[in-house]
Amino acid sequence: MATSEVVHAHAAPQGFIRKYIFSLDHKVIGIQYFFLALTAVWVGMILSLFMRIHLIWPNADIPLIGHIQPETYLSLLTMHGTIMVFFVLTTAPQGGFGNYFLPIQIGAPDMAFPVLNMLSFWTTFVAFVIMLAAFFVTGGAPLHGWTGYPPLSAVQSTGPGEGLGADLWITSIAIFCAASLMGALNFITTTLDLRAKGMTLMRMPLTVWSWLITAILGLLAFGVLLSAGILMLMDRNLGTSFFLPVIVVNGQLMAHKGGSPLLWQHLFWFFGHPEVYIAILPGMGVASQVLSTFSRKPIFGYRAMVYAMLAIGFLGFMVWGHHMFMSGMSPYSAFAFSLLTMAIGVPSAIKTFNWLGTIHGGRVRFYTPMLFAIGFVSLFVSGGLSGPFLAQPALDIPLHDTYFVVGHFHLIMGVAAIFGIFAATYYWFPKMFGRMMNEGMGKAHFWLTFIGTYAIFMPMHYLGMAGHPRRYSQLTELAYLHPLIPVQRFMTYAAFVTIGAQLIFVVNLFWSMFKGQKAADNPWDATTLEWTTATPPPHDNFGGHTPVVTHGPYEYGVPGAARDFIMQNDPTPSTAH
Amino acid sequence: MSTVAPNFAVKDPRAGDAGGGAPPSFGGGGDGDSGGNGGFDYGERLRRARLGLVLGLTAVIMLFVGFTSALLVRKGLPSFDAQTNTYSRDWVAINLPWTLLLVNTAVLLFSSLTMEFARRGIARQAALAPVKSIPGVTLGDEKPFPWLGSTVILGLGFLAGQLLVWRILHERHFFVNTGPSSSFAYLLFATHALHLAGGVIALLYAASTSWLLHKPVEAQRIVVDITAWYWHFMALLWIYILVLLMIVR
Repeated sequence: MATSEVVHAHAAPQGFIRKYIFSLDHKVIGIQYFFLALTAVWVGMILSLFMRIHLIWPNADIPLIGHIQPETYLSLLTMHGTIMVFFVLTTAPQGGFGNYFLPIQIGAPDMAFPVLNMLSFWTTFVAFVIMLAAFFVTGGAPLHGWTGYPPLSAVQSTGPGEGLGADLWITSIAIFCAASLMGALNFITTTLDLRAKGMTLMRMPLTVWSWLITAILGLLAFGVLLSAGILMLMDRNLGTSFFLPVIVVNGQLMAHKGGSPLLWQHLFWFFGHPEVYIAILPGMGVASQVLSTFSRKPIFGYRAMVYAMLAIGFLGFMVWGHHMFMSGMSPYSAFAFSLLTMAIGVPSAIKTFNWLGTIHGGRVRFYTPMLFAIGFVSLFVSGGLSGPFLAQPALDIPLHDTYFVVGHFHLIMGVAAIFGIFAATYYWFPKMFGRMMNEGMGKAHFWLTFIGTYAIFMPMHYLGMAGHPRRYSQLTELAYLHPLIPVQRFMTYAAFVTIGAQLIFVVNLFWSMFKGQKAADNPWDATTLEWTTATPPPHDNFGGHTPVVTHGPYEYGVPGAARDFIMQNDPTPSTAH
Repeated sequence: MSTVAPNFAVKDPRAGDAGGGAPPSFGGGGDGDSGGNGGFDYGERLRRARLGLVLGLTAVIMLFVGFTSALLVRKGLPSFDAQTNTYSRDWVAINLPWTLLLVNTAVLLFSSLTMEFARRGIARQAALAPVKSIPGVTLGDEKPFPWLGSTVILGLGFLAGQLLVWRILHERHFFVNTGPSSSFAYLLFATHALHLAGGVIALLYAASTSWLLHKPVEAQRIVVDITAWYWHFMALLWIYILVLLMIVR
């Protein structure tokens, strides 16, 4: 068989297991990542619903978990944050859509290393199973929040979830790091080495740029988190003192001494801040792609968009200290971190300006993906503008650890990134599953989610300014919180509506998969390479052909052209500049 | 379908079916240990595998950057003594068995040398493979020295030597939780040893590609080549760890 094999990385597999379970096809792996993230997002969302119910009805018995103790509340928020950040925001945009569309958009038959690609998915899956297992062991899930600050997280006896549950939590994250590193090196190699003829770097769709930059961030950030996780496991299980000073836990003097909890914070946030951009950059790419396509205009300032993303990625590595203004750091360091953080506002503003410039004067087609892309820009602005507040130490000190921070990062990192995922889902669903999603349900989903998420997260800023601390499970104990309880009640009602709206999405997704209207190869009149191939794409993406790229990614409304769009592989010479 | 020439047919953008599941097109795209192994463009696959390796090593570097910064920060931290109510440094210089460590270093460097011979040897074999396949052509059937096997043995020897270092540290009462200096020594040694063990597994895999899986020498060459660069990197990393522990005692 050796010399007669085809030139593609692997022939189309036949059996069910090789085709759908342990597949080497980047498209199947992308869909696997997508469904993993969809499962994870429901778990994370239900955990948040439990928290919201508990906040306004503290004595209610909740199905499955009964009456919520303060420590249960902390477990819920830890697992909500961890699952959402790692298994949704990191997994869906990059592992899901990146896997599926990066090779097709650059005209490649598959990822550079298909076996590694399969391994990174299944490693992620194992990490997810281990993470969920933390719920079911003695003591339950850990209490230390998604940031896992020691000493709470570094001693087994600090709380009920800090035994085996916390070990599983860290192990899961370490495995996730390994999976993400494998994915990142695959994405970078593919983008650099497998581009079709004519696909120069400056002809790559902005989605490809965003996945490439995200992969570079992941490659540099996850190794550091892995190192921190290993040190943490040693502190917990081998009696070392990397993160633990002399400490008394429950009246008992521990053997640890000399370590520093701040060391963990530095290592964690050196990963943690780039992680924010790992979550949001693919959303920026999708928003650019969708806004240009549905405005029937070239993206405004393509090069500026690329350089802005590079600048955001680069600056993202130099601002981790802004999470630690309260840690007693030197005011000079705080000033440097503050200045660098506010500098990120410049490329972010360039991007926002260019998105608005892209829509301005366009013949806008308000399909669901477009609505979600506009929603992304809206949430990016609303969530982003509170960033410069928190970037200033003088303002961060009163706002730190309040609901202001919760509102800020949920809008920018949570909901904006999720809107990017929704835009991507509605936009690429026809290519992935060969059918259109239902527009009516899509629009209902958009409006309920758009208004609902604002209704949940905007009031949090006011709560924060009123001094409402985050992570408190009982609001009835402190008199000054009493007047704020009606706001919390409003937010819980909004959460009910918003989560209900997600049922519309899931129904639409599965209904359209089987009953939706059949999709044409290029239903959106778009220009990039995935729309030049069949729907859904054949195993090798282009059915034995190699696309030759002759045009930029966003040539819409070119004067003198026969149609209002020119596809990237159109044989007519490029006239647009 | 061993055709090599890619078909640069440009099709109408909106033409629907692009040809179904016909045998795929171009680009190779294996990861050196899985992909198709027709007489195709191994040069391209080798370059791609090397790029992947460089990126993988970047991740390893970041792991050790994390450890190094933790080491430097931790060394400078004062420790609170509850008895005397004072702060003091709890960093005790670790008494490492330097002679044995230098012997291990020599073994590892020597294995890097045999690895390099193996890499060059198999590159030569791969280059000559097309000539050999011509009927009637023989190139002299000399048995090459088993450089790959030597590397595996030397690598295992290094790992055994490292185990001995652990034993000696135990005998000197430096345990993983004795103090930060010994914690870091164990951590760095163990992480390096795990990575090197990964290299040994890759070498065993490389050997099995020809013995068990009957892959052509070109495919085997890719595995050996990237493992060799990985191996050299492990030698460099080891020297870095030794120098680090020498400076930050």
